[in-house]
Amino acid sequence: MSRIAETMNALKQKRTKALVPFLTAGDPDLATTEALIHVLVESGADIIELGIPFSDPMADGPTIQLASERALAAGTTLKGVLELVARVRRRTNVPIVLMGYYNPVLCYGTTAFAADAAAAGVDGVLLVDLPPEEAQELQPHLRRNGLDLITLLAPTTPPERMRALAGAAEGYLYYVSMTGVTGSQQVNPAAIADAVRDIQAHCQVPVAVGFGITTPVDAKAVAGFADAVVVGSALVNIIAAAGRSPELLNEVRAFMTALSEGVRTAE
Amino acid sequence: MGTEDIRRQSMNVFRMKLLGAKVHGVTSGTATLKDAMNDALRHWVTHVRDTFYVIGTVAGPHPYPQMVRDFQSVIGREAREQMLEAVGCLPDAAVACVGGGSNAMGLFYPFVEDKAVRLIGVEASGLGIASGKHAASISAGSVGVLHGNKTYLLQDGDGQIQHAHSISAGLDYPGVGPEHAHLHDIGRAEYAAISDDEALAAFKMLTEMEGIIPALESSHAIAEVIKMAPQMNKDQIILVCLSGRGDKDMHTVAEAMGIEL
Ligand SMILES: Cc1ncc(COP(=O)(O)O)c(C=O)c1O
Repeated sequence: MSRIAETMNALKQKRTKALVPFLTAGDPDLATTEALIHVLVESGADIIELGIPFSDPMADGPTIQLASERALAAGTTLKGVLELVARVRRRTNVPIVLMGYYNPVLCYGTTAFAADAAAAGVDGVLLVDLPPEEAQELQPHLRRNGLDLITLLAPTTPPERMRALAGAAEGYLYYVSMTGVTGSQQVNPAAIADAVRDIQAHCQVPVAVGFGITTPVDAKAVAGFADAVVVGSALVNIIAAAGRSPELLNEVRAFMTALSEGVRTAE
Repeated sequence: MGTEDIRRQSMNVFRMKLLGAKVHGVTSGTATLKDAMNDALRHWVTHVRDTFYVIGTVAGPHPYPQMVRDFQSVIGREAREQMLEAVGCLPDAAVACVGGGSNAMGLFYPFVEDKAVRLIGVEASGLGIASGKHAASISAGSVGVLHGNKTYLLQDGDGQIQHAHSISAGLDYPGVGPEHAHLHDIGRAEYAAISDDEALAAFKMLTEMEGIIPALESSHAIAEVIKMAPQMNKDQIILVCLSGRGDKDMHTVAEAMGIEL
């Protein structure tokens, strides 16, 4: 069984939901990201989404755009991100999903990427600008290496397409809580609960909800119906504000602990 | 519109505003066309229920390249008809500048099946291919995915998109429409590259000799014609697309000539 499935099954046994923090690898540098991942795991992260920085992050709002720019300015490459995962993997079993855009992966080479990512200990890949219809260049390689290709569903996804994608989903399904880019608006949990339940009825894998979840209160509300709660921009904002200050790890730990408390007490 | 392009194309921006448009400046990335496309796509996904995305070139996700090609093909259809009427035969070559590639695709498309007609797209080589400061995605780029299409891009070894450079704002894009990549790969069209200096020289030549002030973008196509013509017979015919007027480029040209307006 994959690390993602194992983790999600274990949480299900405990009748609790998953907390999935997102951070951009290399923001402000890879060494800090490494320290941050361990703090995230210690303070309640069940799965880590690790952003691969890209020069043209079209699906991201200013917060993650700037994180990408800082990471690239620090010299972060996809190869460096994979090496980071390999280092992290020596100390933790937390599932790691790489999230980003297709071009760096295509440029790395889809065959080599799948093999190297698996060897590093990556569990899944989420590429926001690679529609499932265009994934045939990558997906067979991922599958051969036991990696999940995570798909996204949006509020505008038509029911037929939703059912087809939900039926074929691997790892977990990522439901984008709103029409928009990351970090743009606040989630409205009540407005999406029915859509998430409808998706859950059509798929075998857990449904994660992301975009616009910024507070422990949001996290708790969304965890009331979703299987996993993704928090990105709010965390990236803390990392941006603290920079390399010695307070960074404590601030991230405090925020994560509060989010985790929200998710664990959801009903 | 990227704030750098707003600066370079202030005459066009003024015209757009006179016509009632609201122009949003984009400051992210390089503040040029690719960044404006990123922000337009971001705005579109955010307001998708009541907003229609339009793009002025043959790039972006399907079906945009196809739609823009079909609309722009009026250029090629009319040029083909008029050529047959006026000269009684098809041209030996059709030449157009290529930024994203819409004016070129519009000109080429009705000639694609006319195998005897050479199709020549002209990219901007800026300060020279070797300088790295250019916008010649087909001539000097590699295959990648950006803005929802797979095509030739200017990118580094890690798949990060690189800055394009051209004296003409309209050619200053690190990608090219995917159908041009296809016409290149199947050998149906050829792609040349013209530098800032060559384009400026062509701009001056056409202005002085014909009284026609071409856009700096179109001046790249003219420059290629100036290079090609001496190699051809007197009775051969070149069809060139004059994609725009140079009025909008007066500031840039004056600046390049060291003249203060
Ligand atoms: C006059 C003119 N010609 C050509 C272009 C290049 O666009 P395309 O390559 O799509 O024809 C532009 C773009 O702004 C332009 O203004």
